Amino acid sequence: MDAILEMKGITKRFPGVVALKDVNLAVRSGEIHAICGENGAGKSTLMKVLSGVYPHGTYEGDVHFEGREQRFDSIRDSEDLGIAIIHQELALVPLMSIAENIFLGNELTRAGVIDAEATHRRTVELLKKVGLSESPEELITNLGVGKQQLVEIAKALAKKCKLLILDDPTASLNENDSQALLDLLLEFKAQGMTMIMISHKLNEISRIADSVTVLRDGATVTTMDCGDAPINEDEIIRHMVGREMADRYPHREPQIGETVFEVRDWTVFHEQHADRKFIKGVNFHVRQGEILGIAGLMGSGRTELAMSLFGRSYGRHISGHVLLRGQEVDVSTVEKAVNHGIAYVTEDRKGYGLVLENEIKHNVSLANLPGVSRLGVINEGREYSVAKDYQRKINIRCPDVFQHVGNLSGGNQQKVVLSKWLFAGPEVLILDEPTRGIDVGAKYEIYCLMAELAREGKCIILISSEMPELLGMVDRLYVMNEGAFVAEMDVAEASQEKIMRAIVKAGKD
Amino acid sequence: MNSIVEAMAPAAESVSASGFIKKNLREYGMLLSLVVIMAFFEYMTDGTLMQPLNLTNLLLQNSYIVIMALGMLLVIVAGHIDLSVGSVAGFIGGLAAVLMVEYQWHYLPATMACLMAGALIGAVQGYFIAFHRIPAFIVTLGGMLVFRGLALWLLHGQSIGPFPREFQLLSSGFIPDPFGGEGLRVTSLLLGVLVACGFFYMSLKERANKLQYGAAAEPLGFLIGKNVAFAAAIIYLCYLLASYKGMPNVMVIMFALMLFYDFITNRTTIGRRIYALGGNEKAARLSGIKTDRLSFYTFVNMGVLAALAGLVFAARLNTATPKAGVGFELDVIAACFIGGASATGGVGKVMGAVIGAFVMGVMNNGMSILGIGIDWQQVIKGVVLVAAVFVDVYNKNK
Repeated sequence: MDAILEMKGITKRFPGVVALKDVNLAVRSGEIHAICGENGAGKSTLMKVLSGVYPHGTYEGDVHFEGREQRFDSIRDSEDLGIAIIHQELALVPLMSIAENIFLGNELTRAGVIDAEATHRRTVELLKKVGLSESPEELITNLGVGKQQLVEIAKALAKKCKLLILDDPTASLNENDSQALLDLLLEFKAQGMTMIMISHKLNEISRIADSVTVLRDGATVTTMDCGDAPINEDEIIRHMVGREMADRYPHREPQIGETVFEVRDWTVFHEQHADRKFIKGVNFHVRQGEILGIAGLMGSGRTELAMSLFGRSYGRHISGHVLLRGQEVDVSTVEKAVNHGIAYVTEDRKGYGLVLENEIKHNVSLANLPGVSRLGVINEGREYSVAKDYQRKINIRCPDVFQHVGNLSGGNQQKVVLSKWLFAGPEVLILDEPTRGIDVGAKYEIYCLMAELAREGKCIILISSEMPELLGMVDRLYVMNEGAFVAEMDVAEASQEKIMRAIVKAGKD
Repeated sequence: MNSIVEAMAPAAESVSASGFIKKNLREYGMLLSLVVIMAFFEYMTDGTLMQPLNLTNLLLQNSYIVIMALGMLLVIVAGHIDLSVGSVAGFIGGLAAVLMVEYQWHYLPATMACLMAGALIGAVQGYFIAFHRIPAFIVTLGGMLVFRGLALWLLHGQSIGPFPREFQLLSSGFIPDPFGGEGLRVTSLLLGVLVACGFFYMSLKERANKLQYGAAAEPLGFLIGKNVAFAAAIIYLCYLLASYKGMPNVMVIMFALMLFYDFITNRTTIGRRIYALGGNEKAARLSGIKTDRLSFYTFVNMGVLAALAGLVFAARLNTATPKAGVGFELDVIAACFIGGASATGGVGKVMGAVIGAFVMGVMNNGMSILGIGIDWQQVIKGVVLVAAVFVDVYNKNK
């Protein structure tokens, strides 16, 4: 098959750094081509060169699309040729309808006036293609993330795209939605569309990709063809990190003690719809030195449970009891929860975890300012050395802690959030999707940190959508579905199938 | 500042002077622009700008803008805005006149009552903004109308004055001079020298501290050069003031407040929390910061400072008029944005806002001396505001 896209000798320099060094990429017509690499390996930069975000002339090398050399000056140029990109952060306008979003900037008009009828008709067609049955008039804000992703794809289809680029499309999707999306991509492939998929999830890559290009430190490491033999996941990992990774999860010898943290009959009502019970009388406990997992699909209420426990940061009419070493404690504000040694590391580090335009050291001290100050006056020396300490201890890669966190990669940002909460000195650490969207190397470091904290006797609650991660790290887990815990199992007896079965069974009742 | 260059630069114990200047150009850029603007008008007005009499007037004219800019900066950094400050200042000026002139109150309790009233006004507006989440723009737009109207009502549409002599001293008085020099007010000059030395000492101490805990500090040569220039400027300005009537009382108040708020924003937990609140309110709240209460207090603080500015203005005119303070809010907000504050919150410096206020003040003053009409003055000020913010944003994105 012919290459529809060829990028040859792409070099992209930023002041002081070379982001891409002589990268080559060849994508055959009608295939799904996966690109993987650690964060900062240059995947996004390469896609920005391809889509014209970085105009011709700001990089070296050639881009050939459909046999001709292309010199894109803007995204518009690449879109005109049928290259569409779907970014990891969805770019939909929440308060506009599906139809309006799909044709945004590309409106169907007749004599300069929006043609509502044609728009409606085309939208229905497009939605059918991506398997959505929603009305075109539905507002985006009423859709879940999974469906929003499908709307993004419909939007790309509306532009008659020939090459669809998906940047980590399943990052915020649950297992079911991810599977459905991957099936859809395979269907598109059958219809002859070419796709480039950036992903961190190796099982997805091995399921749908025809070839894989691995980038490391801004250079192409290898391109593997999956036509002949199935892809070996360990081989990809080895290429990505440049070393053999014996084990994806650190070895642990759990030493589990008494029950430390206990929640009884925890009930929360929905924040917007005050008559809807969202968390339905949940009971659970964590013991000293234990890593407890909470499995469940997105939307099952895991994040809402954690946030409502953490200073009632979510929901209304909250009732129930929280016990710390057998004593009932008041966790009705974040401050009280923190003072009782509870910390919550959010799933949305940019939205809820960090002040991006502040320095690393200011973010680290934010949850425990009294720890670096006296009578309300901050001791800058102490603050600096605290941040420096964590930078060394958990390996935050940055020149100095004066840097703004906005400039760090996802994995390093996550380490800053973790530092912030470690400095608050918690006994119970709730980690909500702590490894989402970060690369394999950084993931392993975070797993090691969790193991270390558990060994020190802390209680860790791990909320995760990635079942292998749960099975690899936790000692015991609960399965959550529709606001209730539907199963509890020791990790020894747990498996992905068992967890899924618990969810599905509960759904049927 | 947020460029990749910085991200990749190795952390050296002490960077080279030229590199350091480049890195801090943005920080000192505003100060440099002020110096350039002053030099420009000094030249254009044949030296009138820096004449002791004019300099004293310039300080007096801008004192109330600077005082309000200090509060406004906190409000803007917290992610809000306050459009009512001009009206509040006018209303409080009227209240002071009614209390002192009509009811013959002693000036001390009357001043206290006015400041309390300012706090109360700030509290009411802050209550709706912080606890009921009504956008500050709307609440304070309402406040702007309400307090302008109340000022008219209070003064029955007329001017009331004059104020007791002691109260007038707030704006028209100068610090006493026990050394009694007739030509040169030695006390004012000495005070200037003292302040300059104080600054020098503080920055040396800060550098020593930084080196002690191992952070990169500015090179010693640069620090000394900067401080010598800074000290020379302060002493020169004080010398000019001393050769007229000495330092105005209000300048001392203004200067003390400036130092106080600079300290609050840079060194205290309250300041840190306000920046976090403006930078990312959700993250701040999930870090245990009581964001509602903090927003509320920034408005209480703004109310007090607006009241103080109203008193200073009334004392300066020696009469309270219903029109007092019209349009002040625009100058105050412009000062903050010229000084580098971000309209989306989380970014801004006290010293920047003060410099911004003086950029506007010097331009007002200089253009008036040159006889430029009020029409073109407004055009030029508007252009400078947008240009200053444009340069700032452009540099940030580069």
